[in-house]
Amino acid sequence: MKHTLAVLVENRAGVLSRVAGLFSRRGYNIDSLAVGVTEEPDVSRMTIVVHGDDSVLEQVKKQLNKLVEVIKVSDLASEDAVERELALFKVAADESSRAEIMQITDIFRARIVDVGPKSVTVEVTGNEEKIMAIENLLQKFGIKEMVRTGKIAIARGSKKV
Amino acid sequence: MTTGSTEKINGARAIIKCLELEGVDTIFGYPGGQIIPFYNELYDSDLRHILVRHEQAAAHAADGYARATGKTGVCVSTSGPGATNLVTGIATAYMDSVPIVALTGQVPQFMIGNDAFQEADIKGITQPITKHNYLVQDANELPRIMKEAFYIASTGRPGPVLIDLPKDIQISEIDFHYPEKVELRGYKPTYKGNLQQVKRAAEEIAKSFRPIIYAGGGVISSNAAAELVRFAETIMAPVTTTLTGIGSIPTEHPLNLGMLGMHGTKYANYAIQESDLVIAVGARFDDRVTGKLESFATNARVIHIDIDPAEISKNVPVNIPIVGDAKHILKALTKYVKCCNSEFWLAKIIEWKKEYPLSYRKETDVIKPQFVVEQISEVCKDAIIVTEVGQHQMWAAQYFKFSEPRTFLTSGGLGTMGYGYPAAIGAKVGRPDKLVVDISGDGSFQMNSQELATAVQNDIPVVAVIMNNGYLGMVRQWQELFFDRRYSCTDISGSVDFVKLAEAYGALGLRAEKPSEVRPAIEEAINSGRPAIVDVIIECEENVYPMVPAGAAINEILDLED
Repeated sequence: MKHTLAVLVENRAGVLSRVAGLFSRRGYNIDSLAVGVTEEPDVSRMTIVVHGDDSVLEQVKKQLNKLVEVIKVSDLASEDAVERELALFKVAADESSRAEIMQITDIFRARIVDVGPKSVTVEVTGNEEKIMAIENLLQKFGIKEMVRTGKIAIARGSKKV
Repeated sequence: MTTGSTEKINGARAIIKCLELEGVDTIFGYPGGQIIPFYNELYDSDLRHILVRHEQAAAHAADGYARATGKTGVCVSTSGPGATNLVTGIATAYMDSVPIVALTGQVPQFMIGNDAFQEADIKGITQPITKHNYLVQDANELPRIMKEAFYIASTGRPGPVLIDLPKDIQISEIDFHYPEKVELRGYKPTYKGNLQQVKRAAEEIAKSFRPIIYAGGGVISSNAAAELVRFAETIMAPVTTTLTGIGSIPTEHPLNLGMLGMHGTKYANYAIQESDLVIAVGARFDDRVTGKLESFATNARVIHIDIDPAEISKNVPVNIPIVGDAKHILKALTKYVKCCNSEFWLAKIIEWKKEYPLSYRKETDVIKPQFVVEQISEVCKDAIIVTEVGQHQMWAAQYFKFSEPRTFLTSGGLGTMGYGYPAAIGAKVGRPDKLVVDISGDGSFQMNSQELATAVQNDIPVVAVIMNNGYLGMVRQWQELFFDRRYSCTDISGSVDFVKLAEAYGALGLRAEKPSEVRPAIEEAINSGRPAIVDVIIECEENVYPMVPAGAAINEILDLED
């Protein structure tokens, strides 16, 4: 079972390594981790996607909470949260294929951010499914390079974590 | 002492001032290049510094001091190898939740990351074995960090905190102002248990016919031994303790079943397996306690009192968790409980105690290790007993008669050979009024025997009783029982003459080779008032029984006759 955790931490050197170290030391599986500053400059927010059964998740949350620099841990249920990832695809393209790639890009409300004689670079944001879907469609042209961020997520409505 | 005023001093002086403001009287350490500024300021200070002979011993001594006194222990080392030598001691304290603060020198900040001479990333290295750690990057933050370190180490579930101190931080001038209190939004330990949960637990106890209290080291670290005994007497439930919980109820108390688990008493293990309610207090269901998890106390509901929420349902599912301090919660619970229906249960336990007592084959020509512990127990009543790790540790746990908490200091979680002697030095420094005895093995003692010099130089009269069987006995026992007696690399006979070793250091060395010599030797060692070793030549292939093989259910017990 996959879970998305929003973890508020002190914005200090070494906190990321502490959190990452906790996962590796206790053998928890981490799918992705994204981190950045928040509306409060001394607080960073990590979005961590983990998988494991309920008891593992319970332990992950409790162990995270034990870290002195972790301020708050929230489990964001996907139906109550907006989830986004960003991906960049460098796709092989020539005159014959460029138009079709642009069409796919439009359908996904993605953007072409760079064009070369033999390639185009597509930027797409969305949830995991959307990014997988466009990846599948771009595959046939030849994906030369792909880079993805980890997921970030925010609760719907006025609720704050 | 004022905390409000501000004055200009260097970082090293500031650290010492912080130590004094935290009420520290003694520190254990070893100097080196990157910690010289600190030692330079220490020269003018009233703090007592115990100079050890290896940094590992500084950490263990701080640990022994902390366990014996309940105060936070402090150890100091230089950067690089000095700091890495602390690691085993820090990990030992971490596993047994002992409050220590470790101060390490570090290369100057501009050299960090350059593989400078004696540079090691001790913050990174100790991240998984400290409750929290710091690398000081601004000398002005020293007072805040020192304050936080002592607060974090000693509150909630206690544990070690390390502060890495680059040399330039130690020599820069700061305006010293010690903060009144700590503000940590990510750290707020719970002390008072939830009242609803306490009431639910009381109801559960009232329904129980076969309750058992399973008490761990948390009872001792929260100073809740008296509350534990009162609670047990109120509900008339038997108490079994973990290795680190020993001392939380007197050995001779009629409700005490002794230790449970791998080398626990048979009756403690039978009782927990047949109980209908396990009341765990400050214990963490360690594998040495539970044996095979799926078969552990299968008929019992579980109440778990612990200050660390992460321990709840970590290994064993818990029906009623109460997060908080054992002392608070036991008091509250005692108020709400009524006596439960345990008469038949207690009668059964008395039968088990009669039928399966701890026992060993008594002999007159060779010295039995259990006999040695019994002699120590008679001669050294109310002493602080410290142990190393191995067979002697289990015999000490089984056969010494403890009467109060903080008198059995042992490395339970990490199982660190070499812990005992330096920890005994720390305990004696913290409790000079107490007799302190290190019950040791010939293997373990050699892991930190250089500390004889520390004891002699600082005139710390600790007595080490070495159970000398010429083997790494516990490993040999496993090899005998589970590896066809193939004693691979466990024979250490003839490694050293401990009497001469003691004498070489200027300590008293005595030897006992016959049972009749044991008691006089121990008495002579104690009466000498000097650091002393009693080398006791014991039966070399004696085993620790009862024993639950690793991975078996804890009622599948091997014993002497098997």
